[in-house]
Amino acid sequence: MFNPDIIKPENLVYEKTNVLTDAIMHYCPGCGHGTTHRIVAEVIEEMGIQDKAICIAPVGCSVLAYNYFNVDAIGAAHGRAPAIATAVQRMFPDRHTFTYQGDGDLAAIGTAETIHACNRGENIVIIFINNGIYGMTGGQMAPTTLLGMKTATSPYGRTVELNGYPLQITELLAELPGTYYITRQSVHTAAAVRKTKKAIRQAFENQKNKKGTSLVEVVSNCNSGWKMTPVEANKWMVENMFVKYPIGDIKVDGEKVKK
Amino acid sequence: MAIKGAVVIDKERCKGCGVCITACPNSVLALSKNVNGKGYHYSEAIIDNCIGCTSCALVCPDGVITVYKVKL
Ligand SMILES: Cc1ncc(C[n+]2csc(CCOP(=O)(O)OP(=O)(O)O)c2C)c(N)n1
Ligand code: SF4
Repeated sequence: MFNPDIIKPENLVYEKTNVLTDAIMHYCPGCGHGTTHRIVAEVIEEMGIQDKAICIAPVGCSVLAYNYFNVDAIGAAHGRAPAIATAVQRMFPDRHTFTYQGDGDLAAIGTAETIHACNRGENIVIIFINNGIYGMTGGQMAPTTLLGMKTATSPYGRTVELNGYPLQITELLAELPGTYYITRQSVHTAAAVRKTKKAIRQAFENQKNKKGTSLVEVVSNCNSGWKMTPVEANKWMVENMFVKYPIGDIKVDGEKVKK
Repeated sequence: MAIKGAVVIDKERCKGCGVCITACPNSVLALSKNVNGKGYHYSEAIIDNCIGCTSCALVCPDGVITVYKVKL
């Protein structure tokens, strides 16, 4: 170790937040789920809402999110997190209910719950991890899988003829009057992490001000499912995922951002 | 004004994904030749060039990096 003499509390500039437990996360090395968990937890710490936050965990790789977030939590059936969040937030309007969902959870099996919760403008925060694949079950095709992308269930690559087009569910949700804030971010670089954290903060602030639904999509890697090293997967994500899923705000303060 | 930084990496929790290595602007980090209890080549500082910018810690999926910084 270099410079051990400066390792003192007064010189500390970064450490893991206590809103994450000390449990070792089960995610694959380099997976964006871990990074996103950490920044959601940091926002909760910075806003001082640890005792008010309620996490609705999905089914998918992040099914065990409640072991990592040191807040109240409920595990939802696959895709139903926005419905559970609706009930919880209506029962406890001054708390901060957020869902944490993958693309299979939010955009396939949970499409109905997602669309209707957003259309009702439920005062919830949705954190949406789009890695273009079903990670947990072994890398099957998701609605968000890119054309040409090879997965366990599209071994020759996704085609329009057989599988239809990749679903830009986030753009779709921005069309609904109930959504107040919709943004797409990523967590592959330090700058991206800072921006995503700002976006997540904005989402929770909107909720505090009872503005309706806020959704932060995080375009992420699934290096195991994509069969790449974590660093290669991040590069592939920038070159391919960002083309179909461009980074930036889609709807701010209830108004769609003009491109 | 010089800036000096130091990183403390919890090597038993590190999964050796290497994302921090790409994030570091000063090429401070590399994967160790040694492995931890889980068999991962963990990340470690190999040169005395850290400026305490926290980039590595920000991208670490497992939150294993703690960063210190002083202005001299
Ligand atoms: C009702 C039901 N149908 C199917 C499954 C199987 N299943 C578990 S996780 C999963 C996909 C999860 O993918 P995604 O939401 O993209 O999350 P990721 O694992 O990629 O983070 C499926 C289909 C299930 N658990 N329950
Ligand atoms: S399978 Fe994919 S999404 Fe799941 S933990 Fe591993 S890298 Fe992450």
